[in-house]
Amino acid sequence: MEPNTQRLLHTFAALADLGQEIADNADFEEMLRASFHLLLGSLAIRRGAVAEYDRERGQLRIAAMRGITESGQTELPLAHDHARRLASLGSALSFDDATKEAERFLGDQKEFFGSVEIELLVPLVIRERLIGVVLLGEKANGEKFNEGDLEIVCSLARHIAVGVHSHRLLEEVERKAEENRRLYDGLRAIYKETVHAFAAAIDIKDRYTNGHSVRVGKYSEIIAREMGWNDEEVEGITIAGYLHDIGKLIVDLSVINSPERFNAKESKEMSRHPAAGYEILARINHPYAEIPLMARYHHERIDGNGYPDGLKGDQIPPGAKIVTVADSFDAMTTDRPYRKRLPLEDVFVDFRANTGTQFAPEVICAFCRAFLREIEGTSKEKRLMKLLSRNYDNVEDVGPLLSRMISDLDGGTIAASASGH
Amino acid sequence: METIGSESVRSRRVGDTAVIYAGDYLNKLSGERVERECKRQLESGCRALVINFRDTELVNSIGVSILMGVIDAAEQSGARLIFSDVDNHTANLFEMLGLARHVTITKDEEEALASLASPRVTESRAVATGS
Repeated sequence: MEPNTQRLLHTFAALADLGQEIADNADFEEMLRASFHLLLGSLAIRRGAVAEYDRERGQLRIAAMRGITESGQTELPLAHDHARRLASLGSALSFDDATKEAERFLGDQKEFFGSVEIELLVPLVIRERLIGVVLLGEKANGEKFNEGDLEIVCSLARHIAVGVHSHRLLEEVERKAEENRRLYDGLRAIYKETVHAFAAAIDIKDRYTNGHSVRVGKYSEIIAREMGWNDEEVEGITIAGYLHDIGKLIVDLSVINSPERFNAKESKEMSRHPAAGYEILARINHPYAEIPLMARYHHERIDGNGYPDGLKGDQIPPGAKIVTVADSFDAMTTDRPYRKRLPLEDVFVDFRANTGTQFAPEVICAFCRAFLREIEGTSKEKRLMKLLSRNYDNVEDVGPLLSRMISDLDGGTIAASASGH
Repeated sequence: METIGSESVRSRRVGDTAVIYAGDYLNKLSGERVERECKRQLESGCRALVINFRDTELVNSIGVSILMGVIDAAEQSGARLIFSDVDNHTANLFEMLGLARHVTITKDEEEALASLASPRVTESRAVATGS
C-alpha cells in the first residue's frame, strides 16, 4: 500500500473512531481521554494535553495528558482577555513560528511546562468562545508539523470541541432539571403543609371530631392502595380525605358543636358542607384534579339517596366512594356527643348491610381485605390496627367476619342481596 | 513459562526480559492493559521489554498513542524495547508514523530475545548478580 494511502486510511479511521467515542461514550472524562489518545495516535505525537477552560475560575483544567508537564500540576491560570484572543484566532498556533499569542501563552506558563517542548497550541472554540485547548509536543518521526498535519489536528480538535460543548450543555440541562425538581418538591411540601393546616383548622372547629379529617385521609389512603391505585393517585385521595369536610368552615359553630342529634334545620345547615367544600376547593389548582369532586360527593349514596346531587352508582367518582367509606368508618368508630362509638363488629355489620345501597361493594371489599391482611400479619404495616387500638381492644376478633364479607363480596352475594332490597 | 499478567494480558519472563503478548486488536481497552502490564514489568525490575504482536490484526490511533506511552516509559527506565511478530501492514504503519525510530522491530520473538543477548544486557545482569 502506498504510504500516502495508508496515512489517509489511518487518519480516516481516527476520525471515525473519534466520532464514535464522542457519540457513544457516556463517561465524559473517558471520552475526553480516548479522544486525546486518538489525536496523539493519528500523527504519532509523543506528548500533549487536552484542557478544559473554566471561564468562571479563569483557568485551564488538564483533562488528559502525556508527558506535557514536569510539575504534576493539573490546573493553570488563563486570563479572560487571553482566552478571548485565543478564541478569536481559532486555528492552531505554532510555537515554532513564534506567533505572538503562542509566545505569550508559553511565557505565562513557563513553570508548568518546564523543559518540555510544546510545538502546537490548538484552541477549542465553539460559537466564538474558548472552551479548551489542545497542546501538542513533537511527533515520533521527529518532523515538524506540516500543513496536512495541521488540517488533521484542527479537524480532530473541532470534533473534541463539539464533544466538550455537548457535555456542558447536557450538564446545564441536568442542573436546570434538578433545580426545577427541587422547586417542585418545595412547592409540593408547602402544598402538603397547607393541606395539613386546613385539616387541623377543620378539626379544631368541631371539638367532638378532633383528628377526624386526618384519620379519613389515612383510611382513604389505605383503601386506595389496596385497590391498586398508583402513588400519585393515593397521594391525591389522602389529601381529599384531609379536606373532605372543609365546607364545615362555613357551617354555624353552634350546629357543628351541638351536643344533640341534629334537628331538621340543623341537618339542612349541615348538609350544605359538601357543596360548600367543593366551592372552596375548586378555586385551588390542585396537583390532583379530582379533589373538589371528592369533597362534593362524599355524602352521595350508590342508590341515589345521598346529597347534594343525588348521584347514583358509577355517576359517583371512585375517589368519592372511597372517602365516603373512610368518613363513615371514622364516624362509627369514634365517640360523638349523642352516642358512643359502635363495637367494631357492629361497624362491619353496618357496612355489610349497606353495601350496594350506601357504599360501593368494591370499596368495602378492599377495606376488609386491607384490614384482614393486617390482622393475619401478611401486610408489612399495621396502620389500621394502630389507628383503632386507641379505642378498641382485640381488634383482631373481627377477622372471621371480614373473611366472610370478603368471600360474599367476591361472590357477589352482598351486593346482589342489597340491590334486591 | 507464560503467565496471565495484569488484567488478562499474557506475558512471560525470560531472565530480566518481559515478553508481553498484545491482543488481537490494540484499541483503547486492550491497549491500556498492555501499557499497564509493561509498566508493571518495568517497575518490577525488567531491563528489556518485548511486545509480541503475533495475534494483533489491527492497531488503531489509540493503540499507537498507547505504544508511545510504552516507549516513553521504557526510555525513562533505561530499558530496551522490541516489537516482534509485527505484520507488514502494522510495520509499515510504525515506519510511516516514526515509531520505528524508537524501537527495534524483529521478525519474531526468538530473534528479539537473541538480539537482547547483547553485551549491554549481559553487563546489566552481571551487575545485578554481583550485588
